[in-house]
Amino acid sequence: MARRILLPVLELAAVLLLVSLGVFLLLSLVPGDPAIAVLGEGRTPQEYDALREQLGLNDPLLVRYGDWLGGVLHGDFGTSLVPPQTSVLDRILSALPVSAQLAAMGLVMALLIAIPLAMWSAYHEGGRADRSISAATFGLLSMPSFLVGLLLIAVLVNTLDLFPRNEWVRLGDGIGGNLQHAFLPALTIALMEAAMFTRILRNDLVTTLHEDFILAARARGMSPLRIMVSDALRPSSFSLVTVLGLSIGRLVGSTVIVEYLFALPGMGKLVIDAANQGNYPMVQGAVLVIAVIYVGSNALIDRSYGLLDPRTRRARA
Amino acid sequence: MLAPEPVRRRDGRTSLALAGAAILVAGLGLAGWAFTTDVVVTFVRMVLLAAGILLAITGLGRLFRGLLGRKVDVVFWLGMAWLVLVLGAALCAPLLPLGNHDDSVAGLTEPIFARPDLGSSHPFGTNNYGLDVLSRAVYGARTSILVALLAVLIGTVVGGLVGMVSGFVRGTTDRVVGILSNALLAVPPLILLIALGSVLEPSVRSIAFALSLLTIPSMVRLARANTITVAEREFVLAARALGAGRVRLLRREVLPNVVLPVLSLAVVMISVLVVAEASLSFLGIGIEQPEPTWGNMIAEGQSGVMEKHPFIVVVPGVCLFLTVFSFNLLGEKAQKRWDPRSAKL
Repeated sequence: MARRILLPVLELAAVLLLVSLGVFLLLSLVPGDPAIAVLGEGRTPQEYDALREQLGLNDPLLVRYGDWLGGVLHGDFGTSLVPPQTSVLDRILSALPVSAQLAAMGLVMALLIAIPLAMWSAYHEGGRADRSISAATFGLLSMPSFLVGLLLIAVLVNTLDLFPRNEWVRLGDGIGGNLQHAFLPALTIALMEAAMFTRILRNDLVTTLHEDFILAARARGMSPLRIMVSDALRPSSFSLVTVLGLSIGRLVGSTVIVEYLFALPGMGKLVIDAANQGNYPMVQGAVLVIAVIYVGSNALIDRSYGLLDPRTRRARA
Repeated sequence: MLAPEPVRRRDGRTSLALAGAAILVAGLGLAGWAFTTDVVVTFVRMVLLAAGILLAITGLGRLFRGLLGRKVDVVFWLGMAWLVLVLGAALCAPLLPLGNHDDSVAGLTEPIFARPDLGSSHPFGTNNYGLDVLSRAVYGARTSILVALLAVLIGTVVGGLVGMVSGFVRGTTDRVVGILSNALLAVPPLILLIALGSVLEPSVRSIAFALSLLTIPSMVRLARANTITVAEREFVLAARALGAGRVRLLRREVLPNVVLPVLSLAVVMISVLVVAEASLSFLGIGIEQPEPTWGNMIAEGQSGVMEKHPFIVVVPGVCLFLTVFSFNLLGEKAQKRWDPRSAKL
């Protein structure tokens, strides 16, 4: 029992430790001197030395890693190198809710689009609707998210003038304005995911619909909608949940791109700006936080199989 | 009684071909009109263009079915034709009579934002530095596809070998490889690329290296899983009983059975990497201007340029879409044939 619980936790810890080491080492390889990046050129050597000492750049690499990790575990991610020189943690904490909201809205919208489409498609297996939906989702999967976003902007904002652009209203400042501004970015994220989910769920639904218990339900005179919702959906959602776990990585990616495209103040914009400015404490902190969330949510999804399919409870727990 | 049968079928096929040709011409006509006209607004033109293209594809399908007497996967063959065209153009780019693609000093004498005009010396127009958009799209294909192919090659060879060895040796090696590849998978792909991009110099070689890191963990997993199933089969046991060493077992018995699924994943990966490279360049972290890639060409359309000059985004966008679409078609076919287990999509 202890082994079953402890081993995955230890492995998770090892992976996270490796990630933190990787992130740290990677960014200590940055060409150029961070002290020069902060102060700019043309200061006295004493000033550079003082700053290097203050940033701990004169210590050996492993000592610096230990210091950084120790700080991180206490919630101290260091300070930003680029003005405003605020704490990295504060910046991350103010950016995280924006990204989390976008990703969550995107995911929910994707499921809202995908589940009915997949049901419709699977019910008319091989028919015209099925084939068109399959072609459309295949095409959509070949569109990078920034192209989808640009297309949506071109059609919905520039031509039809339905949505505002390039602004963000925080959730605290009124939920109506917030939703209005978040809708288009979230839709961009949702469309790609929806295409993937539709294909997966449709395939599993088609398999389920050929099973005997569906035939039995049909023989008892239940309506197609009722069969779909109450009998077929749950046994068919197994692959969908697996893909949900895999798609979180893509979800993070498209959230980053969408934030950049719509200039929203989330984690993606934070990382990209920091990467462009060589602001390495910021990149380190943000990448580590994203990796922890990502690994954690994947571990949670791994555990959720038991809820869907009782047969796996023992085998996977 | 039986004699007229083939004639009538032949008749049906001719009329099918004729109808197909008519639909094809109508579709092409509609698309062409929508492409060139100024009468209706952009949005309606886009819808008409899409309808025209769909119509033309339907027509082409009927035409071939009529001519050949069997169903042809027109979309697949159109995709392959596009890939041949793009790869050919990318390979021969320096030999083609193309305009100026990256010399912004020479671009000073050219008109900026010239509208696309198929008859002029800039068939797809020029950008804000007076550089030729067609030429940039072709050279962009060169960079985009070169980077993706290089990365897939590195990823397949390294990931495939590591996965095979780890699945064959098992034990501690396997566990270490597992933790390492899990650590690589623990950072979302694009975030990993951005972190790498902030360190590496933006050149074709380093971007290809960064992208190959994305392919390695999934390659390792696939190769490992396949190796484990193959290694338990009787023919491996037989070879082992005959006295074959580990290297020989891996090379002669395991490799031939693992290579096809790995290759089919490699084909799928190409399109993923083309998108990843484009995203990176779009974010301004990948290949930098003035050297063109499809990603940074699309980025030129930001801050209001797209609204005034849609072709700046449309030309590289369509190239990117068609290429990814075609590689996806190819990947789907490859996976269905070589690795039916993982061809779930």
